Amino acid sequence: MAVLPDQVIYMDNNATTRIAPEVVDAMMPYLTQFYGNPSSMYTFGGQVGQALNKARQEIADLLGAEPGEIVFTSCGTESDSTAILSALQTNPGKNHLVTTKVEHPAVKNLCDNLESFTGRKHHVTRLPVAADGTLDLQRFKESLTDDTAIVSVMWANNETGVLFPVEEMAEIARECGILFHTDAVQAVGKIPIKLRETAIDFLSLSGHKLHAPKGVGVLYVRKGTPYIPFMNGGHQEHGRRGGTENVASIVGLGRACALAAEKMAEENTRVRALRDKLERGLLGTIPKSLLNGHPSQRLPNTANISFEYVEGEAILLHMNQHNICASSGSACTSGSLEPSHVLRAMGVPFTAAHGSIRFSLSIYNTEQEVDFVLATLPGIIAKLRTLSPFWEDK
Amino acid sequence: MWEYTDKVQDHFINPRNVGEIENADGVGNVGSIACGDALRLTIRVDENQVITDAKFKTFGCASAIASSSMLTEMLKGMKLEDAKKLTNDDIAKALGGLPKEKMHCSVMGREALEAAIADYTGAILPMAQGEVVCECFGVTDLEIIRAIRENALTSVEDITHFTKAGGGCGKCEGKLRALLAETVEGAAGEPTGAPKKKRMTTLEKIKRIEEVIEREIKPTLKKDGGDIQLVDVDGDFVTVSLRGACANCYSSRTTLKEYVERKLREQVLESLIVEEDK
Repeated sequence: MAVLPDQVIYMDNNATTRIAPEVVDAMMPYLTQFYGNPSSMYTFGGQVGQALNKARQEIADLLGAEPGEIVFTSCGTESDSTAILSALQTNPGKNHLVTTKVEHPAVKNLCDNLESFTGRKHHVTRLPVAADGTLDLQRFKESLTDDTAIVSVMWANNETGVLFPVEEMAEIARECGILFHTDAVQAVGKIPIKLRETAIDFLSLSGHKLHAPKGVGVLYVRKGTPYIPFMNGGHQEHGRRGGTENVASIVGLGRACALAAEKMAEENTRVRALRDKLERGLLGTIPKSLLNGHPSQRLPNTANISFEYVEGEAILLHMNQHNICASSGSACTSGSLEPSHVLRAMGVPFTAAHGSIRFSLSIYNTEQEVDFVLATLPGIIAKLRTLSPFWEDK
Repeated sequence: MWEYTDKVQDHFINPRNVGEIENADGVGNVGSIACGDALRLTIRVDENQVITDAKFKTFGCASAIASSSMLTEMLKGMKLEDAKKLTNDDIAKALGGLPKEKMHCSVMGREALEAAIADYTGAILPMAQGEVVCECFGVTDLEIIRAIRENALTSVEDITHFTKAGGGCGKCEGKLRALLAETVEGAAGEPTGAPKKKRMTTLEKIKRIEEVIEREIKPTLKKDGGDIQLVDVDGDFVTVSLRGACANCYSSRTTLKEYVERKLREQVLESLIVEEDK
């Protein structure tokens, strides 16, 4: 039986988001009537090219960048790969990468593979994080060497929402003549970004994290940054990314960025208030529950909470009985046998890591939904604890 | 999302026999909170050697809870003799099956049962006497060998799905492969379908690379008038020189990567990188 959108309480917006109805409206003409190729010479194609330019402007406006600095890609992962591999290729003599221990697999696994598979050439420094998930800037400075080709540090962590001081880090990298990339997939649309006032060279974003469809992303490439394309092909994107443009999705992403700019204040006030209510309520009513991540240096929509002595998958499946959607950092949900690498890097004890739940809200969540979760979750945790051999006497 | 059967769902949402029997006749504790699942099974045994009651407490995912619940249902009214013969597969079958990656949950149920029976009879658990192979999850060689035999496991990946061994740091992978080869007759030296990586002595590595080149790669290249010679092995780097027709062939790079490297990766080590000696 299919579960319909109006039946669920969707609090997994760091996984993916609902496509905004306004975005669907903006896309529809390009899925139906206006199917021309934007590269064509006639008006029927050229008008589609104009729609792409409008989207490019809308995205640039949200990022505080120039339209010429926006390269359309297929997803955040492609953007990450493009930026990092380009930096290595344009710096053939430099073989060192600096990143963190808590990156998304899109960056983490690329770095791991570079280290093991490209001829032992590359070596990677993975910066550790503190117990609250934050980075030590001094440690970052010390990690940079003459051999460093690129720094890749996420703006906001997808599991905890913890923000890294990427603007400051980019300045430090620039002083050393090192390129700086940030995976901002979770940050764009949730916090204000003004790239032209920063030293960031590359920034990745993904459409489906901000109410645009899946299958479209952007790589911001600062004007003048040396660049070698990842996808080779036609002259699309001024030769920076071959392949006919995913027109409808790009138009949708443009609309989504314009909407995000409009709703930024709401995200940071109403959504934050909902998140705070949810977080305070859960931590206050459920014993042995704790917050993972820095309390304030964090996205306004994310709360990652551990419920000790119970296991995350079991919690999620009980929540699923009530059609509440969220994520867990437990081993069982990952399909691997170890809990989230992010929580482990933070030193979260196993008792808590296996029982972590990530709630990630959006502008579509309501106070009634938060109240329902607050009314439902304590019972689920209590029930699972009566089953837990570790719970007694606690 | 896991595909759980209705029975798994039912036993997870409405677990039977939750709790602990006071002054139980047998107590079995397996797993740990670090491992991500743990089970305490308590049983009551009457004078006729029949299990009259069984209760459980489980920390773990849906399939761990369902396996424990199903186990207690199966045990109630069962003769001790018959309970001794229960396998993890019996538990999984009673649930209508478990996802492959979750089979270790049924193994945990069976191990808790063995521990509870041993506690009752005063016997020493044979499994615990083995040598620990996987340090992350504390799995012994005896447990692994039994899982291979009883479930007809054919790859290291299977062993991990059933026992968790190898699912942490991965250092024991070589040992697991050796155990698999020893246990499964004729499996020694055969490709097992599992990705091969890590921990192989340099000597072993060179020997196996030579074998594969002599046995498979050379004969294939010779058919096209080519030849190959192993020059050096340094870590994961295998240097070869292509001879005969291969030496001047414009597609030799493809041969090297698509054929030679692929073969060696399949049969020796996933991380090998083949380069040509220029």
